[in-house]
Amino acid sequence: MRDLAATAAPPLPALADKLKFYAIWVVVALVLLLLPKLFATGGSLTTFSLIGISIIFALSYNILLGQTGMLSFGHAVYYGLGGFLAIHAINIIGANKWPIPLPLVPLIGGVTGLFFAALIGWVSTQRSGTAFAMISLGLAELVASSALILRTFFGGEAGVSANRTKLLKVFGFNFGPQIQIYYLVAAWTLIAVIAMYALTRTPLGRMCNAVRDNPERVQFVGYDPHVVRYLAFCFAGFFAGIAGSLAAINFEIANSAYLGAVQSGTVLFAAYIGGIGFFIGPIVGAIFVTVLSLGLSDLTTVWQLYFGLFFIAVVMFAPGGITGLLMMHRPLIKAGMLTRMLPSYLIALLPTLALITGLMLAIETTVHYTVNPGEDPHVKAFGIPFNAASSITWLVAAALIVGGFALARISWRRTAHVWDETLTAARAKVHAT
Amino acid sequence: MSTAIELRGVEKSFGVTKVIQNVSLTVAQGERHALIGPNGAGKSTLFNLISGYMTPSAGSILLRDQTISGLRPYQINRRGLSRSFQVTNVFANMTVWENLRCAVLWATGHRYAFWKNVDKLPEVRQRTAEILQDIHLVGRRDVPAGLLTYAEQRALEIGITIAGGADVILLDEPTAGMSHAETERAVELIRRLTEGRTLLIVEHDMSVVFGLADRISVLVYGQIIASGTPEEIRGNPKVKEAYLGEEAA
Repeated sequence: MRDLAATAAPPLPALADKLKFYAIWVVVALVLLLLPKLFATGGSLTTFSLIGISIIFALSYNILLGQTGMLSFGHAVYYGLGGFLAIHAINIIGANKWPIPLPLVPLIGGVTGLFFAALIGWVSTQRSGTAFAMISLGLAELVASSALILRTFFGGEAGVSANRTKLLKVFGFNFGPQIQIYYLVAAWTLIAVIAMYALTRTPLGRMCNAVRDNPERVQFVGYDPHVVRYLAFCFAGFFAGIAGSLAAINFEIANSAYLGAVQSGTVLFAAYIGGIGFFIGPIVGAIFVTVLSLGLSDLTTVWQLYFGLFFIAVVMFAPGGITGLLMMHRPLIKAGMLTRMLPSYLIALLPTLALITGLMLAIETTVHYTVNPGEDPHVKAFGIPFNAASSITWLVAAALIVGGFALARISWRRTAHVWDETLTAARAKVHAT
Repeated sequence: MSTAIELRGVEKSFGVTKVIQNVSLTVAQGERHALIGPNGAGKSTLFNLISGYMTPSAGSILLRDQTISGLRPYQINRRGLSRSFQVTNVFANMTVWENLRCAVLWATGHRYAFWKNVDKLPEVRQRTAEILQDIHLVGRRDVPAGLLTYAEQRALEIGITIAGGADVILLDEPTAGMSHAETERAVELIRRLTEGRTLLIVEHDMSVVFGLADRISVLVYGQIIASGTPEEIRGNPKVKEAYLGEEAA
């Protein structure tokens, strides 16, 4: 009977596949190691640190949404509580001169997240779907508002700050300079990503997927869907706590914004925009959202509006997220037919860009008249100056929106047609070989 | 012979409507027992009661002389009773292999383990591969269950039901919506896979029922009006009047 598993079961990965798999992680580690050499400014190091934190947080969120099918509106609770506990831990460890170095503090944050997830999750994971989402929202509001009331622990509006350099030095690092914080975050990001990836390949990880697909049937193969959801929730809380404490270490402060609805919303955005159906989706999303929010806020005052519009566009036109869009093209790449799509894409891209430009022009003009109507109409957005009072600006915006929309509609329809044909051809070609 | 399933005066009401009225039924160990009756007689409700999906309003249900009424579906499943669904109920986004594996994991003792690599568990691979071969879906192993043909999904449904190794199997209209040839193959599959196990099956196709069952119970308006061997049921005037007669006419 042994050979039955050998023939009917999926083959175990060959040595070459295994090496390839480990090589990916080694390359990732090397990139993380060398990144500061390529972009050495303090600003980019901060950006990288924020991206790392955001990656852990978004992946922890996807344990819920993508893996187990639980839509949470309050994941920042565990991120924030992890952050606060980390700040208090740094202060207490520093004051008492305990021999605990800074790199271990995220573990305290993680255990905090785990503890509160274990406590709150037992109730909230009793239900799935809308009920779970509502409970998570209510609890998040509860915790966020108590953060402003319980001043001794949360420090009120100002938050709680700490000095991360006061802890035990490891190998002479005091974690004052940003570069050392970058490496601390990078190391924890790598560990957390590997751990969360490994989790998806365990019996629990697969049963999470089963609960996502069909919680009813899970009960009839011996599993209690509540326990599966609960365990997933605990893991998500643990990794969120790690992310939160890294943020606290990075900023040397924790405040009520850490636990707030905005933070909970941002992680949902990041995971969804990246693509919740793929393990790397939230990683892509975290990088994208962090870079975008840092970059856009310099370019325009209403960057959140663009952010929201982009999110709506992803939900409507690319529910698989950025990763989903890229993964769609895998069969074409396999068949070497990707180039067939490029002309259609380019043709469709032009009116789309025109439409976007028109929308941006309209938005920025409207913003000028609603936010500061009395001021000079010669405004600047995205580094481009224009006259908000000029009728030409309005006409151009209208022309771009109407023309761009009409042409984009036609060209995307044609692109979809070409796509269907190319995909069919690609499948046939792969089948034939 | 010892009993596998026993229902004692089971009742189920939804509001004022009594869907199941004072049903008592015994299924012996190793027996293939068919439950027949017109649409709306309460056959699926009875399955839902036995498998723990619903709780009876009155009466008790026993699995191998132990009371199971009031237990949750997963607790009943862990005691060795497994059921299929009338409407295909699989993990649509997961592959055939993963579907079957989900049904094997608890029974092989891996439960909620988060420290083991699920792809490298030899006994899980072995058992999943056996079921995969039993239901003739080896060639469709890596296809998401949602993309299977209807007959294939029905086979997978049976595969998931038996994969955990339960020795009491409840199948709810396993051949519903199948062509004649598909039905024949499905019956063959059911006969083979339930060898040595206890089977309770709801079925509309009379050729399937009379070909497969050792005993038959007839459920009409929530009450069992007759229970016996296929010959007894065929000859029973009450059954003819209530059910078989309608079919023949």
